Amino acid sequence: MDSSEATDAGRRPDDIRAVPVRHPGRWVAAVIILVIAVAIVRSVVSDSHFEWSVVGEYLFDERILEGLRVTLELTVIAMAIGIALGVLLAVMRLSANPLVSGSSWLYIWFFRGTPVLVQLIFWYNVAALYPKIDLGIPFGPSFIHADANTLITPFRAAILALGLNEGAYMAEIVRAGMISVDRGQSDAALSLGMSRIQTLRTIVLPQAMRVIIPPTGNETISMLKTSSLASVITVTELLYSAELIYAVNYKVIPLLITVSIWYLACTSVLYIGQGYLERYYGRGRDGELPTIWQRVRVGVLSFRHGY
Amino acid sequence: MTEPMVNAEGVHKRFARNEVLKGISLEVMPGEVMCLLGPSGSGKSTFLRCINHLEPINAGRLSVDGELVGYREKGDTLHQLRDSEIARKRAEIGMVFQHFNLFPHMTALDNITCAPVKVKKVARERAVRQATELLDRVGLADKIDSYPSQLSGGQQQRVAIARALAMEPKLMLFDEPTSALDPELVGEVLAVMQQLARDGMTMIVVTHELGFARGVAESVVFMDAGVVVESGPPEELLDRPRQERTRAFLSKVL
Repeated sequence: MDSSEATDAGRRPDDIRAVPVRHPGRWVAAVIILVIAVAIVRSVVSDSHFEWSVVGEYLFDERILEGLRVTLELTVIAMAIGIALGVLLAVMRLSANPLVSGSSWLYIWFFRGTPVLVQLIFWYNVAALYPKIDLGIPFGPSFIHADANTLITPFRAAILALGLNEGAYMAEIVRAGMISVDRGQSDAALSLGMSRIQTLRTIVLPQAMRVIIPPTGNETISMLKTSSLASVITVTELLYSAELIYAVNYKVIPLLITVSIWYLACTSVLYIGQGYLERYYGRGRDGELPTIWQRVRVGVLSFRHGY
Repeated sequence: MTEPMVNAEGVHKRFARNEVLKGISLEVMPGEVMCLLGPSGSGKSTFLRCINHLEPINAGRLSVDGELVGYREKGDTLHQLRDSEIARKRAEIGMVFQHFNLFPHMTALDNITCAPVKVKKVARERAVRQATELLDRVGLADKIDSYPSQLSGGQQQRVAIARALAMEPKLMLFDEPTSALDPELVGEVLAVMQQLARDGMTMIVVTHELGFARGVAESVVFMDAGVVVESGPPEELLDRPRQERTRAFLSKVL
């Protein structure tokens, strides 16, 4: 090694200390935002129409909590159906068999092309179309006979409508994820003797998850809120529970605030959970993604150091 | 008389209207190392992919270890093999890719044990023991828990070779294994392949590494535009090419 290089490497230079660029615009923006925020908070706190005491009274009311339980149940079941259906439809869509991929396309076209509210009301009234429901071999004997009116309760109608509708959206999300995985991955898996199903399950889908998780989180958050549409078919979920209460006492605004607080609480929890899921499925690929707390910390620090 | 490990007779392959292979005929004997040379687009990689039926051929006959690839012959008619039968045959042929194609969501260990456990139903502990030995053999014993993104290109390719070897293949296909590597990482991968050849593995190697072809291969095939231009032992083909096209290509590679 050259001797001059050696001495240069041995004497580690001091870190650069420069006067940072000032960002006066940030401080102006901060002041404006602060003023607006104070005005909003003041009006919210002082205006008597908000009736915060009523909000506090109903926040943990039994009926509201029961409505919350139904909302969560609707969300979880409808999303589970949506995801399972979405994976199935996505795989069908990518099938080489034109009949299989065509029927998947038709399903997605239909369920994305009609409003979910219409689908909800449709399933609620399905008894008008099919008064009797038989489960069995097509054109053959049937094993289960049921009266549509008793089988399709409002809750089940909501599950059907939300789940089947979600399946169409999830199908496109899953398909996008599967397409994003390099073809070399399935080449490698197939060349090792894996079957198509094994390749899909152990190689393609886990990698597709990186692309699938973020929009699925959005879908779940969206589903939590969309489930409030089930109030129109008398499912006593969170919103309808509140409607039933304010139909009696006319405290419309405080009860809507109560409901909103619960929706916000749930979506916040989902948002944090999504961050951790993304970290898990990005392993070996994205390096360590920051947790939400680390991200907040970095944001605050960058503002402070930026002047 | 021993049967050839790979036997191709007039193999044709088309993609839509584009004829990529126009009648490839060659034989690879067990234990032989064959290098395929040729300009890009000459069909070398496609031919390799045909051997384990990643691409079905359109005409001709292609067999591995005496059995047709992708078909069963009954009298005069060919019957397509089921996916499961094709998979079983692929499991006996190892393949190494230009871009490694390691599974990025799995550690080196899981990359190697995945197929033995899932395809050959080897017990997990046995697969782990075997993977540890294989990683040791390719000089990466300390990288057992590393993800592919934490490895250099040369290390990734060596893990990929170990992954293929874990299925105990009777034939190894290498598709430009060093083309995506930094020049100083090429040597470590070639060394592993050379050792493999010395251990008696039957290998078909698509490569531009003439030094490897000269030192390790028993035979060299020069392909261009979907046909075999000439073939022979390396000293003959590389030093005294008979065809003008071969001479032109070699003068550019050297």
